[in-house]
Amino acid sequence: MNNETVHKLADALRNHRLDAPMRIMEVCGTHTTEFFRSGVRDIFPAHLTLVDGPGCPVCVTANAYLDTAIEIGRAHGVIIATFGDMMKVPSSYSSLAEEKATGMDVRVVYSPMDALEIARHDPAREVVFVSVGFETTAPTEAATVIAARDAGIRNFSILPGNKLTVPAVEALLSLGEVHIDGFILPGHVSAIIGSEAWRPIPERFGKPCVVAGFETADLITGTLALMKMIASNDRTVANEYARVVRPGGNPTALSMMRRVFEPDDAEWRGIGVIPGSGLAVRDEFSRYDGFKKFPVTPPPVKEHPGCRCGELLRGLIAPTDCALFGAACRPERPVGPCMVSTEGPCAAFYKYGGFDR
Amino acid sequence: MKILPGHGSGGRLMNELIEKTIRTRLGAHVQLDDAALLSIDGPIAFTTDSFTITPIFFPGGDIGALAVNGTVNDLAVMGADPRYLSCALIIEEGMEMADLERILDSMRAAADAAGVAIVTGDTKVVPRGAADRIFINTSGIGIVKKTPARREISDGDAILINGHIGDHGMAIMAARNNLSFSKGLQSDCASLKGMIGAVLERHPGSVKFMRDATRGGVASVLNEIVAGRPYGAKLREPSLPIRDAVKGVCGILGIDALYAANEGKAVMVVDNDAAESIVSVLREHPEGKDACIIGVIDGTHPGKAYLETAIGGRRILPLLTEEQLPRIC
Ligand code: SF4
Repeated sequence: MNNETVHKLADALRNHRLDAPMRIMEVCGTHTTEFFRSGVRDIFPAHLTLVDGPGCPVCVTANAYLDTAIEIGRAHGVIIATFGDMMKVPSSYSSLAEEKATGMDVRVVYSPMDALEIARHDPAREVVFVSVGFETTAPTEAATVIAARDAGIRNFSILPGNKLTVPAVEALLSLGEVHIDGFILPGHVSAIIGSEAWRPIPERFGKPCVVAGFETADLITGTLALMKMIASNDRTVANEYARVVRPGGNPTALSMMRRVFEPDDAEWRGIGVIPGSGLAVRDEFSRYDGFKKFPVTPPPVKEHPGCRCGELLRGLIAPTDCALFGAACRPERPVGPCMVSTEGPCAAFYKYGGFDR
Repeated sequence: MKILPGHGSGGRLMNELIEKTIRTRLGAHVQLDDAALLSIDGPIAFTTDSFTITPIFFPGGDIGALAVNGTVNDLAVMGADPRYLSCALIIEEGMEMADLERILDSMRAAADAAGVAIVTGDTKVVPRGAADRIFINTSGIGIVKKTPARREISDGDAILINGHIGDHGMAIMAARNNLSFSKGLQSDCASLKGMIGAVLERHPGSVKFMRDATRGGVASVLNEIVAGRPYGAKLREPSLPIRDAVKGVCGILGIDALYAANEGKAVMVVDNDAAESIVSVLREHPEGKDACIIGVIDGTHPGKAYLETAIGGRRILPLLTEEQLPRIC
């Protein structure tokens, strides 16, 4: 899209008039950061509020999951492979970064396939991949498990912690505690699951939805479209990212994901257990399920006193409402996961939100 | 051949290392006495820096070139003409002699290019694991010629840089992580002595502030300039010279190029009316051929460094104390 078009869009957003407050929610960590980075959030019309939802996979991962991963590393002496974002996330008593500093073999990888490579090169060691993410990463994780089986690699497993976004948004709305007028839906997730997968949100809950991409123009187009839909009570899912997102998603990725995983109940930070919102490894692949392969009893879960990540992920507060924000809790010494992940709302507010504070 | 503990023990092996390897490669200026005797006229600038980068060889340079240029640039941005360097090597037992030789050659080449002499040094060998192959400390002395004016920075001053942002930090990260698509991405490691000398010579009085944007990158330098001041620093995002390859690596790793290290970039705050002609002086030099104006000092947001995006939205550039890239210099 050329510059002139983007500027015209920006002017349309700046000059859009809202007579009453309107609250829209995004449920994607990349949107959280890109709305700031592009400056789009800074040119929102008066009365428009963007609420950050449960869109950061690291943030919504419950302490119990990370506690178990750490316990497996400690008790079984395995190599823990993880995306870098998880390293500094505080568990109940520790973090992978702290464990690494005190001797655990923790490796940062950029893809689960890298973790499989580590296993291939070191057949004497067990490699356990911390599999955290939404529908965007699950197909790659499934492909890795299939690749491990096809290559006969037995010293590799994953800790399935993947989550599904549609049930989470439904659960959030079912709680009935947060007021949201409409949703900006994640482009990457929707490319996998398809825009149609979101239909329950407008149909069951009456909330208009727009699937949006990540460029400046996408963010503005998505926001403008959503404001208009809310104003006209248009209870549908609009796809403003059609160059990437199909109504039915990506069938190849979906079938890969379904071959290895099946829906399961999952615990979300702040929300609790949401039925059918997680992915468990199917029995056929159970030898690659790290939870089954390395049974442990983690210590009792402890939450971080004062951290309000839970309320934040439910859309009830903004990061700046947390008393620890920017004081006791900063990116270099995070108290909660929302300050750790580059996609966490607290980290995004800390890094880019200086004009909102 | 490998470096052995004996190479640091003060005996025959060490003499051989110093005479045959270090001295022949670093040049005849290296004095073997306990201290180098120098005579210098006028006020001097004196600085020191240690280099622990990993990997020690990277696209666009190595730890040796970095150790020379880093110290040369620290002197140059203070308005000094760098003349003499010391060089202390802390070598891990087991390092390949050939690697050491390569590093020394590159120190010599960098020193010659910058017109400085390495006049004294020290060598220690530490047991395996006590260092990561090699650490280098260089100290430098320069003769102060024309310093930046140090007049109070004020509204409307222009912010300049002499070329692409973030090349060094992202080349290192790409090399460490084997990011294949970053091919061609190189460190900008270079001496800025000639270029800065020319600017201060031709525009004495117009340059109010100058700093090499190493660790912490451009954003950290700007924060330093505006902290506690009645003005802020506004960068215009569309004018920022950032290579696509750097953007790509930044995207993958979740790093902002404005916080990535540079090893051949100076950020300058100059009088607005002189800005264009200073840019043309910078562009006469290879290290400044992509120089440009990237922003302006303004009073709207005192104490803040921020970015104006393509659509006119603002984004803060906070002071990040978090180390984004461990050991990049
Ligand atoms: S600022 Fe820190 S402590 Fe507060 S909610 Fe965010 S992550 Fe938790």
